[in-house]
This record gives sequence, structure tokens and C-alpha cells, in this order.
Amino acid sequence: MDLVPLLAGFLAAAVRVATPLLFAATGETLGERAGVINLGIEGGMLGGALAAAMGSLAGGPWVGVVAAALAGAVIAAVFAVVAVGAGADQIITGTAITLGAFGLTGALYRQRFGAEGAGLSIPTFDPVRIPGLESIPLLGPALFAQPALTYLALGFVPVLWWVLFRTRWGLALRAVGEAPAAARAAGVRVRTVRVLATVIGGALAGLGGASLVLAQVGTFAEKMTAGRGFVAIAIVVLGRWHPVGVLIAAVVFGAATALQFVFQAMGLAVPYQVFLMLPYALTLLALAGVVGRVEAPASLGRALDGDS
Amino acid sequence: MSAATVAAALLTGLGVLAIGLWVGGYDPGLALAALWRGAFGSWYAFTSATLLRAVPLIVIGLGFAFALQAGALNIGAEGQFYAGAIAATWVGLHLAHWPAPLAIGAALLAATAGGAVWMVLPVWLKLRFGVIEVISTLLLNFVAESLVSLMVQGPMQEATGIFPQSDALPAAVRLPLIPGSRLHVGIVLAIGLSLLVWFIMSKTVWGFRLRAIGAGPRAAWVTGRINGRRVLAIALLVSGAFAGVAGGLEVTGVSYALYQHLSPGYGFTAIAVALLARLHPAGVVAAGILFGALEAGAGAMQRDAGIPSVAVYVVEAVVIVVIVLADAHLRRAPRQAAEPTPIPVGARAPA
Repeated sequence: MDLVPLLAGFLAAAVRVATPLLFAATGETLGERAGVINLGIEGGMLGGALAAAMGSLAGGPWVGVVAAALAGAVIAAVFAVVAVGAGADQIITGTAITLGAFGLTGALYRQRFGAEGAGLSIPTFDPVRIPGLESIPLLGPALFAQPALTYLALGFVPVLWWVLFRTRWGLALRAVGEAPAAARAAGVRVRTVRVLATVIGGALAGLGGASLVLAQVGTFAEKMTAGRGFVAIAIVVLGRWHPVGVLIAAVVFGAATALQFVFQAMGLAVPYQVFLMLPYALTLLALAGVVGRVEAPASLGRALDGDS
Repeated sequence: MSAATVAAALLTGLGVLAIGLWVGGYDPGLALAALWRGAFGSWYAFTSATLLRAVPLIVIGLGFAFALQAGALNIGAEGQFYAGAIAATWVGLHLAHWPAPLAIGAALLAATAGGAVWMVLPVWLKLRFGVIEVISTLLLNFVAESLVSLMVQGPMQEATGIFPQSDALPAAVRLPLIPGSRLHVGIVLAIGLSLLVWFIMSKTVWGFRLRAIGAGPRAAWVTGRINGRRVLAIALLVSGAFAGVAGGLEVTGVSYALYQHLSPGYGFTAIAVALLARLHPAGVVAAGILFGALEAGAGAMQRDAGIPSVAVYVVEAVVIVVIVLADAHLRRAPRQAAEPTPIPVGARAPA
């Protein structure tokens, strides 16, 4: 067996699998830095996935991308109104939003495409090959022959870092996440910052759903996100609420998932379900290693007191 | 929190459903009539559709409420349900020659243990490493689903090796049915468990400890030397055990075999059940029947009016949201008037 193509294929698959997670985890990082934990991003991804499918069928993949971002933002806005605006419990609200998104996307999908939901053939993104760089051994296919959405996801990482750590708005946002009362005293509009961060994070989760449909699977199915939104929340913790850490954690999770392709290519008789479990199990173990040695934003998950 | 809030939550949920159906081009009247018929239209519908679905919702809901009394959120009941179902099926398939009551008891005990075992890792991760149980229990849902898939296509596949399911359980481990219906006696067990939980919560020291920890771990330690970690661990394990029992009841009383997708999301619906019940055990029974009716009616709605049954999840989501909104309102209203904004203790410098 030739090792180099196998490894190159593995790395390319790892990046491909990591893309939806990276979008969602980047968005969730923004929200959590402002003190909001949004379990509804699973629902946001799912809504984004359906919107991407419908948008792409109507006007091509880029229409799908815009529709997905909007759907994710709208779903996150509902969450933000309840959990930030009214100060309801964030975990339970997020669970409800995801539950509602299951129902809504399932009903819309069956109403639009029939109960059986035959596999749709959706216009998808082809890989964009970057001449020259693409032929770098090993890393070329992984980094320079990916669909446009992967480049977009990778591009958001430095953007998020810059916004969080080099702009006034980012400073205000982190202050809101660490000490809302102090931020308020300094004149920051705490509630507005939290809502904005959550809604932008939701749009990114929607893009994650879009990349799942338009750059990975090529069709929509009910509950197709299969917990990726929840995994993204774990990835934020693993990445220590830092954009670069989140990127690394997402790619590691992608690699754990992509291992199955390697094992299949090597002809090992391991049941495929083991590979389905592996990424979740590894995430749990990794959490055990990371949590406790890093500190979450101090006000994460807490409702605001009084008027802000 | 009053009966009015609960009624408002339900009516808002159904109202949103009706509006959604109207926008989607369906006839809401026709749909809601089908929903009613499917849930309460006949004695058979009430017992064999509504109450049958209420059993897992009540049992899981009791466990969720139990843990939440101590401040722990078990969002992984779906996984513990499957762990219980696997354990009950595994044990049940070996007990064909046992007398029925013993065999059933053994299968349900195995289910209890299975559900609790599935909770061991989250408890350990929480106490040892501080990983919040919300994430760990959620992630284990997906591991459990794959485990069921592995089992029914591997070690536990039926004898012919064609279908992705286990062999059918022997008669000795099948729960007796209520005459004239498909409802199994698990409903009696569910009501019994709710009495048990009510007794523990309101009449024992144990229940007091649980509620004390839920109200404030520091205060519970300072004033009563209540060990929050131990209480939390036990609350979560009990919660897992309840979900496991629900999985055991499902295979011994309804499906008689292990399948993939055995649960249509009971673990999540049960959260709505427990919250609607305000975590009160008697309320869980009532809310469980109500959501059982909703799920049963949704099936009828799909058959009779062609409306996708998954739409009921929207109703459940709206109910949860209205309830947490009411909670938040209650929590904030008096505080705003009386206290100044507290200064956060130990606020850290940004990273």
C-alpha cells in the first residue's frame, strides 16, 4: 500500500469533516466570550442545512450559503430574545430551540419533498484548486484543493482573533463575558453585545450547516447534523475559547472522524459503528484533560441581573 | 408559577402549531380534530396510544426532575434509555426458562443498572475534572445510538442475521397487558415510581439534602454539612437509572426486541414533561400523559391529515420556552425592586 496518497487523503478528509464544526465552533466562541452558551446552535446548523438545500435548489450554491446564514441568524435571534433578552435559563432554552428546529426542519422538509424524502440532488461546491500549492506533497490536497466554504471557514479564524483581541468591540465583548456588571459600569451595553454576538454566532452555525450540505454530503436529511452543534460546543472548550485553539480542536476532531477512511483503505475489519462512536468518545476524553486547567468566561451561562 | 402559566404554555404551543399549519396550507381545524381523535378519541386510543407513550415520558421525566432538583441537567436520557434497553434485552434473551415475574424483574433490574452505568462517566468527568454534565451526557447519546446499531448488526442480531434487530424476547420477559389494549403494566410502575419520588423528595432527609444542594451548594455545606458532590453524583446516577428503566419497559412491554431508533426522542420530550410539571412528581404523571397524547395525536394527524408528525416537536419547544420565560420573569421581578446589582466576587482579568 502506498502511504503518501493514503495520508494525503486522510488529511484532506480531516479538513473536510472539520469545516462545518469549525464554522459552528467559531460562532459559538464569539457567543461564549460574551457569556452566552447556546445549545441551540445544533438547531441553527440544522436550519442552515435545510435553508442551504432549498436555496441551492432555487438559485445555486451561493444563494444556499446566504439562506443558511440567515436561517442560522434567525434561529439564534429567537434564542437570544428568550435567553438574553428575558434572561431565561440558557441551557434549557438552547435545548428547546434545538428541539423546535428538529420539528420545524423535519416538517418543512417532508412538506416540500414528500414523506419519503428521496435523496435530493443539490447543486454543490466543487473543490477550488490553487495552482502550484495544490501539488505540495501531503498538505496540498488538504489545504489547497478544498471547496470555497472551507477557505471561508479558515479565513474566519484570524478575523475572529483580530476582532476579539485587537478591536474595541472585542474588548467590550470579552468584558461582558468576564464581568458584566463592570462592563455595564464602563458604559458597555451588555445586553446588546450579548445579543449581537449570539446572532452572529448563529449565522456562522448556519454556514456550518450549509457546508455540511453543499460541500460534504450533497443532500439534506432529517436530523442530519447528528450532534455536530453539540460537538462544536465541546470543541470551544477544548480550544480554550481561543480561535486558534478552536481551529486545532476542530481539525483533531475531523481527523478522528476521518480515521475510518484510513482503516477502510487498509482493509481492517472493524465495525463501522466503532468509527461513528470514536470522535464522541475522544472528545469526552479530551475534555477530561483540558477542563479545570482553563477558565471559561466568568459569566458564562449566567443570566444578567437587573437592567442592562 | 401557577396553573395559568401551564395552561398558557400549552395553548401557546398549540396556537403556534395551528398558525404554522395554516401558513403551510393545511386545515388547522381538521388537523387538531385528528390530533384529538388519535389521543382521546376512544378508550383504545387513550390506553394503547396515549398512555403507552406516556410511560417512558413519565419515567424519564421523573429522573430528569430528580436530578434538576439537585441542580444537575441530564440531557442524555436518550443514551441512558438505550443503555437500559440493551441491558434488558441482553438479560431477557437468556431468561426464557425463568418464571415470568422473576424474569421480568431481572430484565428491569438490568435496565436500571444499564442506565446508571451510562451515567458513570459523566459523573466521574464532572466530579474529577469539572466537565459539565450537559455536554458529557449529550455526547454519550450519540455513542449509545451507535452502540445499539453495533449490537443489532453484531453480537445481538437476530438468528437469521438479516434484519438489524435482536431476537424477539421470550414470553417470560414480556410485561402483562391491560385487557382490551396494548398498554402494558409499566403504567402502574410509572405511577408507583412517581409516588416513590414524591415520598423521597418531600418526606425524607435525603430529599431535603437534594433540594438544599439545588438551592445553593455552599449554603447547604455551611449550614448543614451536606456533601454536594455526593448528592449530585447520586442524583445523576438515579436520573440515569430512571431513563434506563424506561428503556427496559419499552423492550419488555412494547417492542419485544431491540431495534435502532427505538425512542422517537423520549429523552428530550421528557425534559418538556418535567419542566411543565414544575418538577413535581404528580405533575410529571399528568404532563407525561399530556405529551403522550400529543405524540399519539401527532401520529393520527399524519395518517388522517397528511401533516408531518415531527411538527409536535415545535409544540414541545414552545411549551418549554414559555415555561422558562415565566420562570425568568418570576426570578427577576422581586429582585429588581429590592436589591442593588451585586458586585461579582472573584472576577478575573480577561485572558
